[in-house]
Amino acid sequence: MDFMVFQYPMITIQACLDGILLGVLFALIAYGMALQWGVMNIINIAQGDLVILGGYIAYFMYLYGIHPAWGVIVSPIIMYFVGVGIYKLVINKVVDRDLFISILATFGISILFMQLMNFAFGADVVLANSGYGTTFLFDSNVVLPNSKIFSAVVSIVFAICLVIYMKKSKLGRAIRATAQNARAAKILGVDTEKVYAATFGINAALCGVAGALISITFTIHPYMGLPYTIRSFMIVIVAGLGNLPGVAMSGMGLGVFEEFADYILGTEFRIGSVFLLLVLILVYRRFKLSRKREYLK
Amino acid sequence: MKINKIILSFVSAVAILLSSSVVSFAKVVGDKIVLGAAISLTGKYSSNGVHTQNGYNMAVDRINSMGGVKVGGKTYKFEIIYYDDESNPKRAAQLAERLISQDGVEFMLGPYSSGLTKAIAPVTEKYGVPMVEANGASRSLFTKGYKYLFAVLAPANLYLDVAIRTAVELNGGKGVRIAQAFEQDAFSQDVRLGILDAAKETGSEIIIDDKLPKELNDMAATLVKVKQMKPDVLVVSGHTKGALTAIRQIAEMKVDVPMLAMTHCDAAKLSKQHGKNSQYALCASQWHKTLTYKDNFFKDGMTYAADFQKEFGYDPPYQSAESSAALLVFKDAFERANSFDQKKVRDALAATNMQTFYGNIKFAPGGQNVDKPMVLFQVMCDGAGKCENKVVAPLKWASAKLIHPIPKWSDR
Repeated sequence: MDFMVFQYPMITIQACLDGILLGVLFALIAYGMALQWGVMNIINIAQGDLVILGGYIAYFMYLYGIHPAWGVIVSPIIMYFVGVGIYKLVINKVVDRDLFISILATFGISILFMQLMNFAFGADVVLANSGYGTTFLFDSNVVLPNSKIFSAVVSIVFAICLVIYMKKSKLGRAIRATAQNARAAKILGVDTEKVYAATFGINAALCGVAGALISITFTIHPYMGLPYTIRSFMIVIVAGLGNLPGVAMSGMGLGVFEEFADYILGTEFRIGSVFLLLVLILVYRRFKLSRKREYLK
Repeated sequence: MKINKIILSFVSAVAILLSSSVVSFAKVVGDKIVLGAAISLTGKYSSNGVHTQNGYNMAVDRINSMGGVKVGGKTYKFEIIYYDDESNPKRAAQLAERLISQDGVEFMLGPYSSGLTKAIAPVTEKYGVPMVEANGASRSLFTKGYKYLFAVLAPANLYLDVAIRTAVELNGGKGVRIAQAFEQDAFSQDVRLGILDAAKETGSEIIIDDKLPKELNDMAATLVKVKQMKPDVLVVSGHTKGALTAIRQIAEMKVDVPMLAMTHCDAAKLSKQHGKNSQYALCASQWHKTLTYKDNFFKDGMTYAADFQKEFGYDPPYQSAESSAALLVFKDAFERANSFDQKKVRDALAATNMQTFYGNIKFAPGGQNVDKPMVLFQVMCDGAGKCENKVVAPLKWASAKLIHPIPKWSDR
């Protein structure tokens, strides 16, 4: 245990800012998960692998001399079609089934994706350099890489666009209607099959954006997806489905929590502390539920 | 029905044929010495696994084309049976069993990484199969009393020992303040132990001692501490992702530290991925092509690098060079033993004392190579941003002078 983070106010500020910038990115991935979980009742274990695949798209653009920031535009477009493809091949066969079946199916997709990416791109750790420089605050006691700020801003922009799209567009309304009651929506003429495909596509596109941002700010590797799945799962669990402000808040909360855990417990417990928090929250929820004597369907 | 029966009998006939041919194909057959190796061709170690395999293949081709191995007045050629261990230690141990008990292999080459070598060593030891390995540097491999394990590389605890000693020397013999961050795997933790030993001997102080997770892609917390506490040396070891993450974030956060020492820089293609940001990083390496060791097969490092480049299309990382050296050691041991008796070959291996293009090779009783020091190179860039790795320590092999301390980011 090391409480250095509280002894120097500058480190506290640094940790909070790092956490918030990171958390916004997590929230974007989690929003995709919440969306398709809410609409299709599918927990997508391959979420993190879609993120990494999106990252590779930006990386390859970078390799061919295109600035990786363009990946933020290109990657979601490609990933949308990847998402729709996965839906047509696998997900539409498990969408009305038990939650457990969908977890198994997406777990399978996750393993397949990891191996395919490993074959296609190699097992090397790679990154795309944005060359964005650094912002110094408080007499350069707090440093923020501009790539992190860029990724947070882009995440927020995409999230806002999506919210507006869901509220105003026809497809957005159809998605929301399907989430509320798929059968009723079908009776009223909504093509739920199309809605499901689009939802999965949108989720994959969001993962694509996040992946491009991760390749700019951190590193990518075919086997690095799972921590992102776990984090978004955790954020969605805390926030609840269909609660967008909740997803944003719990995303940032998780980011800050991770940063502080990193300083206090040590970097090695960073991901471990997320798991621990997840368990604690699930236990707490269970406890609250049993007191209310309600059952979660 | 009838067709099914025919297919079934055909399949079983093929299966019987295959299984019998596998057994007869193994060991030393005709003019072939068959070696076995489980290598990571898929999974997270696959890129280094391929480097290892290329190194083995290159040496096999070279030795075979230059007359092969002479034992008992007859010449033999090397052949290797490979299996893919999927970067998974359990699978590697199973495959070692399979190579030995099913395929009848009597001599083994090592896999890639300390973890996988650790998984295989008990198996080869159990069957008394001599194994020359080139990619398992963990110290714990050499303290278990294995009799049939020989490593051509220097043990992990020596990787960055030179860096600390150099820093102390540049500090006028006084101890230095060290910040370190190591991944929690067998190899990196051994590197850490080496630093602890060196720190103790030189009276240096360790002021930050962080552990990095396997899923590492953010070490901002460690670097913030480094910024606050201003150590003399920052040591990072976390395979390629550790090296890449460290350089990216040091550059982004403008962390000034007089010396930065790391492992796995060439596997991470540091200067290619990061360009000028990687400048001045010190990297531990088992081998560098500019070293002037010599042998009859590959001549020297530069020739090896050129030949390798021609055959595989990329500059050989040290993982390939050491793998090639493993075959040279086997050839030498077979010829001195003048027999294929496993015990005799084992004793010949233990008595190895030779020079290869990769370095001198002489095994300690524990099996590690004690005759080859680690080298440190520094990433140096010219005005146009072209970066190169230049050996700076030990002085005997140095091709450039160490730049120390690293210039501040504000002055670059």
